[in-house]
Formats: sequence, structure tokens, C-alpha cells
Amino acid sequence: MSTHPIKELGEVALTEEGMTFHDVTETVASVTERSAPRNWWIALFIAASFAGVFGAAVGYLVWQGVGVWGNNAPVYWAWDITNFVWWIGIGHAGTLISAVLFLFRQKWRTAINRAAEAMTIFAVICALMFPGIHVGRPWLAYYMFPLPNSMAIWPNFKSPLIWDLFAVSTYFTVSTLFWYVGLIPDLASLRDRAMGMTGKFAKVRATAYGALALGWRGANRHWQHYERAYMILAALSTPLVLSVHSVVSFDFSTSVEPGWHTTIFPPYFVAGAVFSGFAMVMTLMLIVRAVYGMKAVITMKHLELMNKIMLVTGTLVGYAYGMEFFIAAYSGNPYEKYVFMNRAFGPYSWAYWTMITCNVVSPQLFWSKKLRTSIPVMFAVSIFINIGMWFERFVIIVTSLHRDFLPSSWGYYRPTAVDVCTYLGTLGLFFTLFLLFIRWVPMIAIAEIKGVLPQADPHAEEHGDHEHHDHAAESDAALAPGE
Amino acid sequence: MAADPKKTEASEHHAPAKPRPAGPIIIGPKELPAPPKAVAARKRTSLLLAEYSTPAKCLHAAEKLRDAGYKNFDAHTPFPVHGMDAAMGLPDSPLGYLVLCGGLTGVSIGVLMIWWMNGVDYPIIIGGKPGFTLPASVPIMFELTILLSAFAAVFGMFHLNRLPRHHHPIFESDRFRAASDDKFFVSVEAEDPKFDLKKTRVLLEATHADAIEAVEETVAGESPKEETH
Repeated sequence: MSTHPIKELGEVALTEEGMTFHDVTETVASVTERSAPRNWWIALFIAASFAGVFGAAVGYLVWQGVGVWGNNAPVYWAWDITNFVWWIGIGHAGTLISAVLFLFRQKWRTAINRAAEAMTIFAVICALMFPGIHVGRPWLAYYMFPLPNSMAIWPNFKSPLIWDLFAVSTYFTVSTLFWYVGLIPDLASLRDRAMGMTGKFAKVRATAYGALALGWRGANRHWQHYERAYMILAALSTPLVLSVHSVVSFDFSTSVEPGWHTTIFPPYFVAGAVFSGFAMVMTLMLIVRAVYGMKAVITMKHLELMNKIMLVTGTLVGYAYGMEFFIAAYSGNPYEKYVFMNRAFGPYSWAYWTMITCNVVSPQLFWSKKLRTSIPVMFAVSIFINIGMWFERFVIIVTSLHRDFLPSSWGYYRPTAVDVCTYLGTLGLFFTLFLLFIRWVPMIAIAEIKGVLPQADPHAEEHGDHEHHDHAAESDAALAPGE
Repeated sequence: MAADPKKTEASEHHAPAKPRPAGPIIIGPKELPAPPKAVAARKRTSLLLAEYSTPAKCLHAAEKLRDAGYKNFDAHTPFPVHGMDAAMGLPDSPLGYLVLCGGLTGVSIGVLMIWWMNGVDYPIIIGGKPGFTLPASVPIMFELTILLSAFAAVFGMFHLNRLPRHHHPIFESDRFRAASDDKFFVSVEAEDPKFDLKKTRVLLEATHADAIEAVEETVAGESPKEETH
């Protein structure tokens, strides 16, 4: 429980040494109070333009029908489901960081959990677009819900696609609740700062953040239930996040399609989801850390730990790729064997080897401490992993479908411009939402960071202070108030 | 390292430190207010607020209030302080039971919905499989368990905390704004049977408070101050 790093074990503080409670509030909250840097506007302009492209592509799709996509016999699921699975997977790291690492008392998570949870929500929004639009007539998408409809028929609850609907919508709802509950004390911080501000928008800020903070007053009688609720939500989200990607994998593994019908899919999909999600968190955090000067809170220790998780999950994914081949060979099933040979050496072998290079080879660089603590290397690898994990889903979906049992129905899938615009458009939507988030919402959990500072321990003053007397003078100099 | 007294001192004063007389700053009436002279707003002391610079001082103040037999008091801290529940003598949170009820409701709704819709009202027979079958219902039963448990956890927490509550007398204090930044507060409500403006203040003065404030609330005679919190 102690927040004191044990120097003898080589532990280091979770934030820069000598950070005060006020420094934390100031560092995080001031981002939402200053006017946005010019680069933020440029980034928002680019992202919002792509989001506009998404709107246009979807509008055209709804107007014309799904024929404007490249999907056709035999590849009926192509980029839409690839994108869906990719986005859902990205979301998983947010829940992993916020819930699983919380249950394991990994206090380093506090620096990144808020942004990672926001990323989860935005990624799930992007993911949910695809099942919505690929049904062809999105205005009838409510047929999937157990609602009375004009045909007096209910959904088929034995269908994995309906399981998926329940899993993903539960996931979105619970992630949003978890995120909001975590935000309440920080919204109260923003409200209290706005109360002391003067200026045109001070009143608007105080009203808006005040309404959202629900009158939070940091009361211990509240913290008691709040902490319990937070822990229960973490305990609920942990099996939830494992179930969501398992259910997504059921969409494939409950079919009889060679290449899909395998029992390894649920754990393999979950490992891949965590892998891709951490890569996306890394990409975003490196940008935010550089642009907003968050190096004191998001330290190299955090980045290194995330790289280690990517190394583990990347290796797990590599194991799953190998095991799929082994089982295909061991099964003696000629269709199964053919699908895997075709993946690696058939017409889509370029996609397969891109996937292997990005997902299995590139994270192996992180065995070296020098490379996993190098910002350019980790940024490049995180981008590679994002690309590689998109290709993984593409390979699973398209290579399995394009040549199955009957050679007479074989084909080759090519995306159309509308496919490409829709995909790039969701990236625009995601980044637009994320940029708005870092502009208006505390992007780091203020209250949680304060709770892991050494002076947060009420027994701090009673601890012996044998090791630091000689550093006292320097620390005092470093702590001189900035204002 | 946090035990370094100099450092802790330095971290408390982000504003330039002013020399201050010994003892806490006293804000608000020292005695019970005199009867109102005019018909104007009548003010009533609704709580006493003591400010501390470290979690430890706040924790010890809470222990003193608990030992003195106060019931309507609270600690206000920027983050949950470890050991504060015990220091205040709070019983365990009952939230877990609410969540259990939510989860049981979720799993029941899940199984009953699927059984009735697919097994009774309109069986869809595909591949000769039964209309209702338990194994195929597990994913949705599980998801609904999680969903309703999460609702119970969040809305149960709001209920136990009586949130949202945007108006509270404590927000009348300007110093209290630092409770979400870097100061630690203890508040004693006037409703507490043991509350006595003088005696309670003496008790709080003995807890090394940096400031003690009697927070006043406007009662009848004038519309309450319009302020959004």
C-alpha cells in the first residue's frame, strides 16, 4: 500500500520527484484553461476533415446500398468487419489499463488510465459504426434488439451476432460509466478553479463543469462509497473485457469456415486486442506527452512498462499464429491445411507477411532495454503494431473467405474507394473526438495521481527519514513555487 | 522522502508565504450571531470548517471528532486518504449488496427474456435445434449480469452519497475551493447534537488547523444566493 518507493529495490517514484498536490492540479487542469496551441487547431482541422469524409462515404453508402463496397461473393465480410474488430480491439487496452491493472494494484496506471479509457470509448464508437452500416438498411438496425416489431418476430438469441450486439453495447455503456465515475472528482477540481477565474467564459465553465461534477465535495463519506463503486466496476469490467473479444471471435469460430472454426480464437483475439490497444495508447500518449509537456507525469518508466506488455502480448499473438498452423497440419483436414498454406503463400501472402513483420518481429526489439526506452523506436513500433493488427483481421477474414471449399466459387477481393474513405473517415472521427477530449477534459486522473504521491500517505510524517537529509537543500530549490 | 519536514512545508505553500500569527486564522462569527437588527437576510451558521495542510493532520482531527462523540462531521480531501474511514469511525459500505441485487436481476432478465422470446412466444427452429437452450444463452445472460451490476454500482453509489447535490452550505466558503486541489478540510455540521460554536471551535483549534471558518447559510428573508457549484 505504501506509496514510498523502496530505493533499495531500485523502485522510483511514479511522478517526477518533488511534485506537490497543487503541481498535479495545475499541470493537468491548465491544459483545459489555456487557449489551445496552434498545432491543436491544425490537428483538429485535419481530423475533422477526415470525419467529414466519413460522413460523405456513409451517406453515399446508405443512398446507393452496400454495392458501393468491394464486398461480393465469396468475400461478403471484408473491410467493414476488419475495421469493426480492429477498433474494438483498440478499445480493449483502455479497459485493461483502467480495470485489470487497478485490481492488480499497478499504481503506474494512474498516469495513462484516463486517456486510455477515453480512447476505449471513442474506439468503440468507431467500431459500432460498422455493424450499423453494413446491415445495408441502417434504419432497420433495431431488428437486432429484442423490441416488438411489425413482423412479430424476436431476435435469434442463438446467433453469435446477437451475442456480439449485447457484448459490445454493454461494453460501451460500462466503459462510459467507469470513465465518468473516475472523472467526477476531477470535474470538481475544474469547477473549483473556474469559480476563482475571471473572464468571459468563467461563468460558463463553472456552470458546465459544476453540473457534471454533481456537487462533488470530496467528502470522505462519499469517497468511501465512491472507492467501493470504482473497485466493483473494475471487477466487473475485467471479465467483461475478456468476454467482449471472445464474443467477437465467436462470430468467426462458431461458423464451419476453414480458418475460422478454431478453439484458439477467444484467447488469441483477446491477446491481440490488448496488444493493438496498447500500441494505440502508446501512439497517442507519446504525442500528448510531447505536445503538452506531460513528461513529469507520464514518465519513461510508464512507457517502458507499456512496451513490456506489448512484448508479452505480441509474443502471445505470435504463438497463436504458429499454433494455428500446427493445428491445421495436425488436424489432417485438407481444407484447413489449404487455407493456411494459402494464407502464407497464396495471393494474399503480402498481407500475411506484413502482419508477421509488424506483429511478431517488430515488438521483439523491446527485449533490449536501450530500444524499449527510446522514444523514436517505441513510436515507430507502435505504428507498426497498429498496422499489423489491422492486417491480422484482414488476413483472418478475407483469406479465409476468398477460397473455401469449392474452387468454382473462389475469388479475389479488392476494396473500392468508398471502403478506403470509410476506414480513413473513422480514423478522422476517432482523432476528432480524442482532440476534443484533451482540450476540455482533464486528460490525466488528477485525484488518482495525487493519491500515489509519497506525501499522500497520512503516515508520511511519521516515517523515518534516514536517506534524504542530504538532498533536502536541492529539493527545496527545485520546489520553489513557480508563480 | 516525503517525511522531510522542509519539503512538506515547501509543498504546502504554492502562494508566497506570509508571516502569520500563531494559531489558526478565524473567519466568521466567534459567538453565536446577535439577533438580526433589520428584516434583511438572516444568517445561520450551518457548519464549522477547519483547514489542514496535510492528510495526516486532517486524519488526526477526524479521530478527535470521532472520539469526542460527533456524528455529523466529514473530512473533505482532494483524494481518498488511506485510513480515513477508520479515523471517522465509518461502517463498511453496503454497496456490494446493491450490486449483487443488480447482477441477480440481470441474469434473471437475461434467461427469462430468451426463454420466453425464443422458447415460448416465437420459437425459431434452425438446424433442428431447440428454441430455448441454456448454453447458447450464456453470453447474453453474462452481459446483462454485468450491465445491471454496473448500473447498480454507479447509481447505487450516487444514491448512498445523495448525489447529485449541487447546492450545499459548504460551497459558501471560498477557502473550500482548495479541497479539490491541495488542502484538507474537516467540517462539523450545526445539526450535530454535540455542536456548539464555541466548544467545537476550541476542539478544532487544538487540531493544528491552518484556518477555521464558520460557514453561514442564508435562511429566510431573502432569496438564497444564486451560485452554481
